[in-house]
Amino acid sequence: MSDLSVDLGFLKLKNPILAASGTFGYGLEFEPFLDLNRLGGFVVKGLYYGPREGNPPPRLVETPSGLINAIGLQGIGVEAFIAKVLPKLQALDTAVIVNVCGASEEEYVRVVEALDAEEGIAAYELNISCPNVNKDGACPAYDPESTRTVVGKVKRASRRPVIVKLSPNVTNIVEIALAAQEAGADALSLVNTFLAMAIDVETRRPKLGNVLGGLSGPAIKPIALRIVYQVASRVKVPVIGMGGIWSGADVLEFMIAGARAVQVGTANLVDPDACLRILGEVEDYCRRKGIERLEDIIATVKT
Amino acid sequence: MFKDPEARIVGQESWGDYFLLTFDSPAMSALARPGQFLMIKVSDEPYPLLRRPLGIHSRKDKTLGVFFKVAGAGTALLSRKRPGETLDILGPLGKGFSVDPCLAGKPVFAVGGGRGIAPLYFLAWELRALGASVKILYGGRTKDDVPLAARLRDEAFDLILTTDDATAGRKGFVTAALEEEAGKSAPLMIFACGPDPMLEAVARLARARSLTAEISLESRMGCGFGACWGCVQRVCVEGKPEWVKICEDGPVFPAESVVWEKESP
Repeated sequence: MSDLSVDLGFLKLKNPILAASGTFGYGLEFEPFLDLNRLGGFVVKGLYYGPREGNPPPRLVETPSGLINAIGLQGIGVEAFIAKVLPKLQALDTAVIVNVCGASEEEYVRVVEALDAEEGIAAYELNISCPNVNKDGACPAYDPESTRTVVGKVKRASRRPVIVKLSPNVTNIVEIALAAQEAGADALSLVNTFLAMAIDVETRRPKLGNVLGGLSGPAIKPIALRIVYQVASRVKVPVIGMGGIWSGADVLEFMIAGARAVQVGTANLVDPDACLRILGEVEDYCRRKGIERLEDIIATVKT
Repeated sequence: MFKDPEARIVGQESWGDYFLLTFDSPAMSALARPGQFLMIKVSDEPYPLLRRPLGIHSRKDKTLGVFFKVAGAGTALLSRKRPGETLDILGPLGKGFSVDPCLAGKPVFAVGGGRGIAPLYFLAWELRALGASVKILYGGRTKDDVPLAARLRDEAFDLILTTDDATAGRKGFVTAALEEEAGKSAPLMIFACGPDPMLEAVARLARARSLTAEISLESRMGCGFGACWGCVQRVCVEGKPEWVKICEDGPVFPAESVVWEKESP
């Protein structure tokens, strides 16, 4: 039996498979389909301080091997999360990571302060890269200075490790990653969705109510992998890789490229037990290749 | 709700673009309620990526059936499945129609537009078993869009058929027939499924005549079980309009709760 655990430094995971924010609800939605305790962990849907309405429909459009979404972070807000959801998550034996959103730097801090008063959270994932809440997909992760400021403020406020989720929709993501690291990020989640669009040619209308959305799914995997490879070789903090992971081989690609853990996203919507199937495929690979410690393959790409 | 990765197909029927697949899934069949739906995987590859939401059309012994019209790549793949092959299904999902014992002996209408007849067939059988007096109003664009008419008649349902072009049944929209029938004798309850404009007309009629109606909304869905918030409808919750999840809070809603948005220019 191979050792599948991975160590992020601030957090040890029983295996490298995390379910990605926005594709896993608040976790509990998946209980009918899988044992949450078998996951390395999961990242709950992004939380603002208050409830949030989200974007007008249509919010989803399928593209070849991909999905464009413009949900707009509809959600229950941090108070309802603490009152109704968190008590159930506290009973779990897996890493619960909370994705933190904010319309302003102050709101990010407020959300973290509210969650800091509670137990049962392993880390925060700072969502500074959602493409669906501002015009043209704008977000703090578009700019190194905005990234530095918001990460710094949240780090000073937080008693917990802060993972920063970055946007791929930038010219030089290494620059943004280094800014997040300098500001104190404990890890980086790479990457959020790719700003995208689809048009109905019959009506010439955008297929999404929000006009633009974020592309996920296998279609983005090679680009996400390239970004993880480029960033992981330049930063000291651990990188959590994601983007279209559909199989154990995809997980291994990200890890060999330099990711210490991965997130499975869109696959959860199609197969609510996808994380466990993928984990099984990683185990099979380790057995077949005689790998005793999965961590030994991290950043071992032979270039 | 659970996943049945290998529900064996035991029957396939087709009428032009319309298909009926029946499959063996004893545990899911035992749980299924009229108005609930299934998420069916159409491809083993990630293209088309998402499962397709289909209302439960029928239940017989340990089998369930789905009735659908080929509308794109996903349903086209599904239409090529044959008996002996298996389906990967999540279900039963969502909240169904109110099949209330107090409807026994009472007149109820089931109003279906096109493929919207799908969940009403299951509902009509359950209502009949309850002892309700069911009238089915079934409409389509042409006779090709009302393929289940013959079956419903054979099974002795009280059927009013309409087509836009008068190729079968009365000429006109099914909602015009509903107006006429409700005028003759008001039902205790209206159940409806079909395209949004039809459901909006049903809701308007129910309000005008102070009738109770439940409507089943159709939507593209991401997951089907409440995780992605991809399928939403404006619905009044405690007097306030909110985007609610069609998959989890619906797909059946009280007609008066649904807020109909004007189409953007």
